[in-house]
Amino acid sequence: MMAATDTLAAPPRAATRPTPAIRRRRRPGIGNVVWGVVAWLVGILFFFPVLWMVLSSFKTEAAAYTNVPQFVFSPTLAEYRHVFSSGVGSYFLNSAIATVVSVVAVLLLGTPAAFALSLRPIKKTSDALFFFLSTKMLPIVAAIIPLFVAAEAVHMLDNVWTLVILYTAMNLPIAVWMMRSFLLEVPSELLEAAEMDGARLWRSLREVILPVVSPGLAATALICAIFAWNEFFFAVNITAARAATVPVFLVGFISSQGLYWAQLAAAATIATLPVVLAGWVAQRQLVRGLSFGAIK
Amino acid sequence: MTAVTAPSAVPVGTIRSRSTRQVSWSRRAPLLPALVFVVVVTQVPFVVTIWYSLNSWNLVRPGSRQFVGLANYVHVATDVQFRTALVNTVVLTAGTVIISMVIGVALAVLLDRKFLGRSVVRTLLITPFLVMPVAAALLWKTAMFDPTFGIVDYVLGPLVGHVVWLSRFPLASVMVEMIWQWTPFMMLLVLAGLQSMPTDVVEAAGVDGARPFAIFRELTLPHLRRYIELGVVLGAIYVVNEFDSIYMMTQGGPGVSSTNLPYYIYERAFLGFDVGQSAAMGVVVLAGTILVATIALRLIFTSFTGREEAA
Repeated sequence: MMAATDTLAAPPRAATRPTPAIRRRRRPGIGNVVWGVVAWLVGILFFFPVLWMVLSSFKTEAAAYTNVPQFVFSPTLAEYRHVFSSGVGSYFLNSAIATVVSVVAVLLLGTPAAFALSLRPIKKTSDALFFFLSTKMLPIVAAIIPLFVAAEAVHMLDNVWTLVILYTAMNLPIAVWMMRSFLLEVPSELLEAAEMDGARLWRSLREVILPVVSPGLAATALICAIFAWNEFFFAVNITAARAATVPVFLVGFISSQGLYWAQLAAAATIATLPVVLAGWVAQRQLVRGLSFGAIK
Repeated sequence: MTAVTAPSAVPVGTIRSRSTRQVSWSRRAPLLPALVFVVVVTQVPFVVTIWYSLNSWNLVRPGSRQFVGLANYVHVATDVQFRTALVNTVVLTAGTVIISMVIGVALAVLLDRKFLGRSVVRTLLITPFLVMPVAAALLWKTAMFDPTFGIVDYVLGPLVGHVVWLSRFPLASVMVEMIWQWTPFMMLLVLAGLQSMPTDVVEAAGVDGARPFAIFRELTLPHLRRYIELGVVLGAIYVVNEFDSIYMMTQGGPGVSSTNLPYYIYERAFLGFDVGQSAAMGVVVLAGTILVATIALRLIFTSFTGREEAA
């Protein structure tokens, strides 16, 4: 502690005393236990609302509506039965189609684009990237009216394929960014070999580069799937009974059922579960994807 | 043709001179499908929006459509509610992004230490980000902020008395929900930044007797700068367009006290059916966003191109 005051002023690299082991060893101990407890408390605090939603979904309505929160109760599956009997299946199907097809389309369109942008000598690379990301920043609400009018004109309102097109366009910019950053990690000899042999570009893309970048593709697919599954704005504005997705079901469930919290909690838990499970399983891919590949 | 059959035998220079145009096209062609798709689906509508904004057009009155020039913009400029929505948008975006980043940095520092069950805590902490936004907003509105059986009132009631959060503090309540959702995102980015930090420098400083806070300020924060910038820009992209939370929790109310621009434009278009006016607002928002986005993108661009060259 006595040394602390005078060395603080000096730049850190002026440290020359080579006694690393002694001080490092002293750290782990009581301090780490305390911080570990703090971390656990904060983690539980952040998780609590989700836990509460899941707990409430196993309660009866009477038990869910109490002034004093109840942690001990006799669980029931009645609310889940009610949700499943209300026809959530078709909404799940719509969500699954919109998510899976749009993610496949994003990968098919985005991979070649990211490949083109990751070749070094291309001019205007940053302009193209800039353009792609800037489309993501534009307020989607300003585009919804023409999209609505256009979809109506070609009789594609309340059609799940309209959602597929919109979700593909919505996710493509970030996907191109992510995949380009993953491709930049590929050894440049591999890319140049693929580039030189123009006629066999597709083959080398498939056989040489794809295996190297497939973890990145998985990360990209995961992020795009999360955004597509959770998307609400397009879904609520251009779908009705036929093509509505899970988020729209959840909102519709509120207005038709009134405020029955246990039931809503069951519906919300079902709606949320796929993405939460996927995110838990693929945490590392999540981080890589969310940071646009800036983080390995 | 011969060059195509035996490319590896030909020196690179020969190929380049053979036909630069062909090579550059083979490089650019893979970009085109994605580019065309994005332009058609996301850019053309904006151009159409500009055209709509010059018309007076109400969807519930067929045949009401006529060219009115800039009249809609004059209306937007004098619309007090629009200005409120603009201020709300700025407050909500800045508040959410800044606060969730500050909490995110703190949590990341906490998680960067070794302790029992660290990966479980990380899993608990990222969950809010994964919850469907509509479900999260519903959860906060119903189970957390409810005036009679909400958890927030149960916990804070004894301290601050009975408060109807969503009508007393609508914007702040929405912000709390959004901070809850976005903090994990910030934490993950910063945590990855922390873990990419060279440990020897920190250890040397620690050996030298520097206090932990000094190490954090002098070494860790500068290293984290580009991760923080990335988180702020990406977070802002999504938060500025936030619709779900407001739709679910407050419907923009009471009055317009928690209405942001996306929700206001939505209201005018889909509840008021006023295409011309909402299009004009859309264009104004668009222009503002382009301005802000240009500055923000430059910011992450400098830190990222810098990074690539260094790597």
